[in-house]
Parts: sequence; structure tokens; C-alpha cells
Amino acid sequence: MSGRVLVGVKRVIDYAVKIRVKPDNSGVVTDGVKHSMNPFCEIAVEEAVKLKEKKFIKEVVAVSCGPQQAQETIRTALAMGADRGIHVEVTGKDYDTLGPLQVSKIFAALAKKEDAQLLILGKQAIDDDCNQTGQMTAALLDWPQGTFASEVSLEGDKIKVVREIDGGLETIKINTPAVLTADLRLNTPRYATLPNIMKAKKKKIAQVKPADLGVDITSRLEVLRVDEPPQRLAGVTVETVDDLVAKLKESGTI
Amino acid sequence: MFPASRYSSKAHRCIRALQTVQVEHAAPQLYATLNTRRTCSSVSTPRITTHYTVHSRDKDSRWEGVEMERFADEADVVIVGGGPAGLSAAIRLKQLANEHEKELRVCLVEKASQIGAHTLSGACLEPSALTELIPDWKERGAPLNTPVTEDVFSILTEKHRIPVPILPGLPMVNHGNYIVRLGNFVRWLGEQAEELGVELYPGYAAAEVLFHEDGSVKGIATNDVGISKDGSPKDVFERGMELHAKVTLFGEGCHGHLAKQLYKQFNLRENCEPQTYAIGLKEVWAIDEKKWRPGRTEHSVGWPLNRHTYGGSFLYHLNEGEPLVALGFVVGLDYSNPYLSPFREFQRWKHHPFVAATLEGGTRIAYGARALNEGGFQSIPKLTFPGGLLIGCSPGFMNVPKIKGTHTAMKSGMLAAEAVFPKITAESLDSETTGLHAPEYAETLKNSWVWKELHAVRNIRPSFHNYFGLYGGMAYTGVFYWIFRGKEPWTLKHCGLDANQLKPAKDCTPIEYPKPDGKLSFDLLSSVALSGTNHEGDQPPHLTLKDDSVPVSRNLSIYDGPEQRFCPAGVYEYVPLETGEGMRLQINAQNCVHCKTCDIKDPSQNINWVVPEGGGGPAYNGM
Repeated sequence: MSGRVLVGVKRVIDYAVKIRVKPDNSGVVTDGVKHSMNPFCEIAVEEAVKLKEKKFIKEVVAVSCGPQQAQETIRTALAMGADRGIHVEVTGKDYDTLGPLQVSKIFAALAKKEDAQLLILGKQAIDDDCNQTGQMTAALLDWPQGTFASEVSLEGDKIKVVREIDGGLETIKINTPAVLTADLRLNTPRYATLPNIMKAKKKKIAQVKPADLGVDITSRLEVLRVDEPPQRLAGVTVETVDDLVAKLKESGTI
Repeated sequence: MFPASRYSSKAHRCIRALQTVQVEHAAPQLYATLNTRRTCSSVSTPRITTHYTVHSRDKDSRWEGVEMERFADEADVVIVGGGPAGLSAAIRLKQLANEHEKELRVCLVEKASQIGAHTLSGACLEPSALTELIPDWKERGAPLNTPVTEDVFSILTEKHRIPVPILPGLPMVNHGNYIVRLGNFVRWLGEQAEELGVELYPGYAAAEVLFHEDGSVKGIATNDVGISKDGSPKDVFERGMELHAKVTLFGEGCHGHLAKQLYKQFNLRENCEPQTYAIGLKEVWAIDEKKWRPGRTEHSVGWPLNRHTYGGSFLYHLNEGEPLVALGFVVGLDYSNPYLSPFREFQRWKHHPFVAATLEGGTRIAYGARALNEGGFQSIPKLTFPGGLLIGCSPGFMNVPKIKGTHTAMKSGMLAAEAVFPKITAESLDSETTGLHAPEYAETLKNSWVWKELHAVRNIRPSFHNYFGLYGGMAYTGVFYWIFRGKEPWTLKHCGLDANQLKPAKDCTPIEYPKPDGKLSFDLLSSVALSGTNHEGDQPPHLTLKDDSVPVSRNLSIYDGPEQRFCPAGVYEYVPLETGEGMRLQINAQNCVHCKTCDIKDPSQNINWVVPEGGGGPAYNGM
């Protein structure tokens, strides 16, 4: 086993920023807006670095797909403890239409190329909330998947994963190589402190294009229109039960 | 008449009343502090402040055994603050280094997560300093896209507007200036700096000044991370980093928290007046295209403020593709009525027919606020000390009647760089102290256009302190600035500290503000949400109180809790105690937009704003 872990990180609009739809309804305003690493990706990086510190794996490689600014996100991962980075360049219109299917094809190609033992991703990105990339990548690679992981432990060449599911917690044991997706309670990510950011400037970030990996990133989906959610109408307070029944009858509900 | 009327009789009575109140409370105050030093909370005051600047970690048992050693690094120059002054200084240093073929390591730390995210200003930029710094700014794509085409000045009454002609020579003439989104301009300056090799570190706040043994400044230390809300270390605790430099430039902007310490440490304010401030609140609106007049600047004074409260509005039509306007309201922080809420004055101003006409049918897309300097010439402190210099709005070079401070801030940064460069690249360190002292900076500043400009307008702001208030001030400006170009031989004084200007609540009338209508005016919390501000929740509140009991015992009882009203982000709230009797102060530190108004206006001067974990704060985009 190569002892190498690939961690996917995504640059998303910061969760505290108020989103604004572009005046032409083609998408959301991103120019100059504060971006940061997807919170679930931070947890994924932290898990990978913890595994390295416990000596289960040897190298952590941070990967991100996007324009030039994606390198900042990779630098943050490097400052948290990743050893090197890979920036898959996707810009302009291609980036606007980049979705989980294309990203999973890219990750699958890289996982094979880098001979990765593990691929750790965040469970979903907070901008599209797709929750698909991890699962699709596992399917493309025909690898087992441990999704919504809240606890991960390596036991020999198998991995024990405790998953958060609707009914509670599910514990599974899967073979390596595998894909894991990180859920909220997996760990508390460390801060990227300034000395580590300075050291991270010396770590390498390789640049590749999707074409170099043999991946076609044309989208099968076309975004027709983006709108704000409808304004929630104010509620009406009623004084008595009779009023309530009358209002319900009025609105045609009963 | 004007020089003698330093204080109107009303103000005299107010100040005398306040001094009496202060004396009455001085003794019990002292007793309370001595008594509560250990726990800092009496029976009825719950613990509010947990920050280590108030409760030292040396004697705290929870910090026993925690590694407090810091990683240190050396640079030639460290600059605190990535605003126009700091970035201009950095760019100038690197330009000089390239010219003279010298190696220079310049590190700049900035508390915002990205350069420009904490920048807020009108703004009408005078390109003089920019042209001096980067002559080919247009080719390099500087975002100065909206030259001013129209200049309108009005005095507003509740329903009407009195137009005031802007004669050439008046300070508010804007010909040749550009309406800019200063955040975008600062971001562009950051890109220029990075190209030249400046090391920019946004997301890291300078939290502490470091000193050599001889007392000179050694550099700064960035903030610690991973301290929980109750002051104890979390698992992810890590010490900040020390950045040592031959000289440190402090460009924290208006009322910087490190500058506050430096004033005390080096006694920099002994020969100048205390700084006086205003709060500026700003919104950006996308308006109906039919109402859009790109390049138009509108300023107003008068309604809704009375003639004794300094302030006014601005409304600028940007020309950047979308029909956007930047508008805002400025209120002088020397106001006396504790019931005044600058935020609500701003919201109700928008309902004036002249303003509502532009905004009707539009959508608000951004909100923010920041304190600004109004002291001008009289309040400039000593600018240099062993190991460091003060640049930009931190010492304060704003031209108040023009309401422009960016060009002077940039120039001060450039002059600082020029003063410091020969000294740090000289063969032998020409300084008595280990930290470099560069008094040449103050000298060159005194001989520059910055000084002349500030000197000419020095009497305009203080001239408002007379019986006729606003109208007296305007008359003074008309006579002594427009005609005599500020050459009168006297220099008027300000009123003293803004914090001392509040009258007790019982002597003032509460102001009836209209309810926000959700179309033109809005409530505070939805406005704060638009600023994108956020902080890591589990950290000690960075709005520290020297004494946790003072807010209820003094601010609430005498002034009816003015911090509930002057904070533009809803940080301070007086809520009933769980036990039923009495109130307590609740600090919602996560809402803070780093405007510094509370530190300035707190009548008890009990609030000390310190920097939170870097990266926190507003997420302004081109404000």
C-alpha cells in the first residue's frame, strides 16, 4: 500500500455571507465575495492529517478543482498539515457548470494516478448541498465507501467506519482502498496558523488540466434560471379557535 | 465671537454636571473595583469579560502547563493593517528596494480574512496620492471607474430641500475626483503589493506589541487561537506568532487598539487635543435604472439631525455596469443626547422625499458601519517612537469638510516608507535604540501637502460648537475658508473627549423613531446580517470591560444604556436578569462589525475593544 491519502477540498462562499442572485438570474454573485474552505472539507483534511500523525498513512495530498483562487484553499490545507497539493485548473464557463459527476471523474483518475490508498472528502459542499461526489467517485473506482463518517479507525488493511444515519449510528468494516466522506462530528479541525501558512508557501502545488487526466468535463446539465426563494409571508395571529377555523375555511384548506 | 465660544453655555453646564456626577461616583467606583478584582463579579453582576487582557493567564489554573512559547520570525519592516495607508507604505518600500537594488522583507498583517473585507468608506477618492504612488494606475486596471460628473449639496428639512450652490473653492467640490468602492480599490492595491513581493497575511490580527529591553518596539505578535468563551484553552489552542522587525508601521485605521496602547506607552498625545470622531453608516443599493445618474454625488446636512448634532449624508451613483448607489449617514460622536441612535437616524433619513425618490423600487444589497476621525489638525499625535511609526487614519489625517481621508492616508504611508527605507538599508543601524526611530517621517509630513491641506481646514469642524450650531459652522466656513482660505491666525479647540459629551438621560428627551417599513428602512438585525459579519462563537468576547459592574451601575442608570443605541451591529443589549430583579448587559460579540464606536463613545470609558481571532468580522465586498 502506498500509504497515500487524497483529500478533496472545495472553495465555497463563506457560510456567513448573504447570497445575492445576479441581476440576470444566471447564477449567484461570487465576484469579490468572501470565500473559504467548505467546512466539511476542513474536517476531511483534519482527519487525514490525524491519520498521518498516528502513522497509519504516510502522505496527505490536497486536491481542488477550480480557477486560480482554488490555490488559496489548497494552501490552507497545506497549512493544516497536508504534504503537497494538486490544483486541477477549471476556469470560466467550465467552472460554472462543474458538478459532482465531473469532479468525481477527476478524483477517480487522480486516485488511480497517485495510487491512493484512501480518498477522503467532505460529505457535501455548502453551496450546492449535492452530497454526491464521494459516492460517485467510489462507484467509478469500484471502491467501498464509508459515507457520513463520524468515527474512522484503521485496522490492518480494513477500515472501521461509524456512520451517522437517520436511525442512529451504523458501524461498518470496509476494505481499502476506499472512499470516506466526513460528517460534522468526525473531528474539530485545527486552525491554520501563520507559521504554518508561511511553511506552506514552500510546499508544492502541482497544476494539471482535466484533459491531462483524460476527463471530459462538459456538463450534461444546463442551468436555466436562478431565483431567490419566495418571500415568506407574515403570519396572521388569530384570537379564538372560531377565528382559526374561519381562516382555514377561507384559505380553502378545510 | 468665534474663538471665545469654545463652549456654548449649554455645553458648559453639561460638562460641569458630568464632572459632579463623576466625582460622586469616584469613591464607590474605586471601592467596587478593589473589592471585585479577584472575581470581577458581585452578587448581582454575572461575569461578562473573560479575555486574558483583563484576566491574566499567569495566575489562571486552567492555563497551568500549557505551552506558551511563540514561534518568531524576522522581517525588515512589519506593517499592521492592510488598508490604503499600510498598502501604500508597503508598495513604496518595495518600489524603493527595487530602485536601489536592495533586498527587503516586508510583511503585512491584516485582521480581515481577505484584503478589503474590513474596508468601508463613501467614497470619493482624490487621485493625487495614487498618481504619485502608481502613475500608470489606469493601465494597471485600478478600479476608479466613476469620475464625478455632478455635485449636489442640500440642507434638508423634514419635507423639503434647500439647495446650496457649490462654489469653486469650497471644500466639497469634487471635480477631478472618482467615486470608488474603496474595498475594491484596496483589494487592487493588495494585488499591486503582492506583485512587488510584499508578504501579505490576511486573516491574522496583530494582537500584541512586542518590546525590546530598551523599551523600543520590537514587532508584533498575532492573536492566539483556540481559547474558549470562558477563557480556558481548547484542544486546538495555539499561540500566535511573533513577527520581529527593524521598524513597525501601525496602520490600523481609525481608533486602532494597538495605537491606543502606544499612545499611553510613549505618551504620544501629550501635546495634541484628544481625537474626536464620527460614526459612518453605509448601504449599497441596486436601484431602478431610470433613476440612475452615474457620476452624481449628493451630500446633505440638516434633517433629521438638529443643528447641534454634527452630521450629514452622502449618496453616490456608481458607474460599474449595474445601477448601484452607495449611500450613507455620518453622525458626530460628540452628540449629547443618549437617546440618539445613529442607525435609526440613517434609516429615517432615507424616507426624506428627495432620497426616497432615488431608492424607490430598489433593493438594498450591503450594509456596514465604521468610525471616522474628525479631529483633523488639532488631534494629530506624535507620530514616531523608537521602533515604530503611525500612519493613516490611525493618527488621523482626514480632511473633515471634504470628508476625504484616503488620499492623505496613502501619502502618509508613502512618506513613512521614504523616511524608513534609507535607515533600514544603511550599512550601520543609525539609531540609539534597537528598534529604529525615524523622526524624519514627521518632518517630511509637516512639509508636505497633507499638512497644508489639514491646516487650511482646521477650524471648520470646531466652528460648529456655537449657539447657531450647523448654521454658525457653515457661516464660518463661508467666510474663513472660502474667502480667507483658512489663513486666520487662531486655531479653534474641540470639546474634549467624545465620551464626556453625553448628558444624563433624565436631562434629555427620548427620540421617537419611525418603525422600519422593510422597503426603504430596515431593522438592525437584518442589516447586520447583510454585513456578512461573523466570528468564531467559542472565543472570549473581544469587547472587554475593565469592570463588569459598570454598565448597569453607571451606563444604564445615568445614561439609559447608550451603547444599545450607538452600536450599529446590535452587540450590546440590556436584558432582564434571570432572577427577575434588575438588568444585565449582554454582549453579542459575534455581531461586531469592528467599527470601534463603543470604545470611543462609552461614557464610562469602560469598554476596551481588542482584536478577536483573525478572519472574523465583516465580509464587506467593495464597500
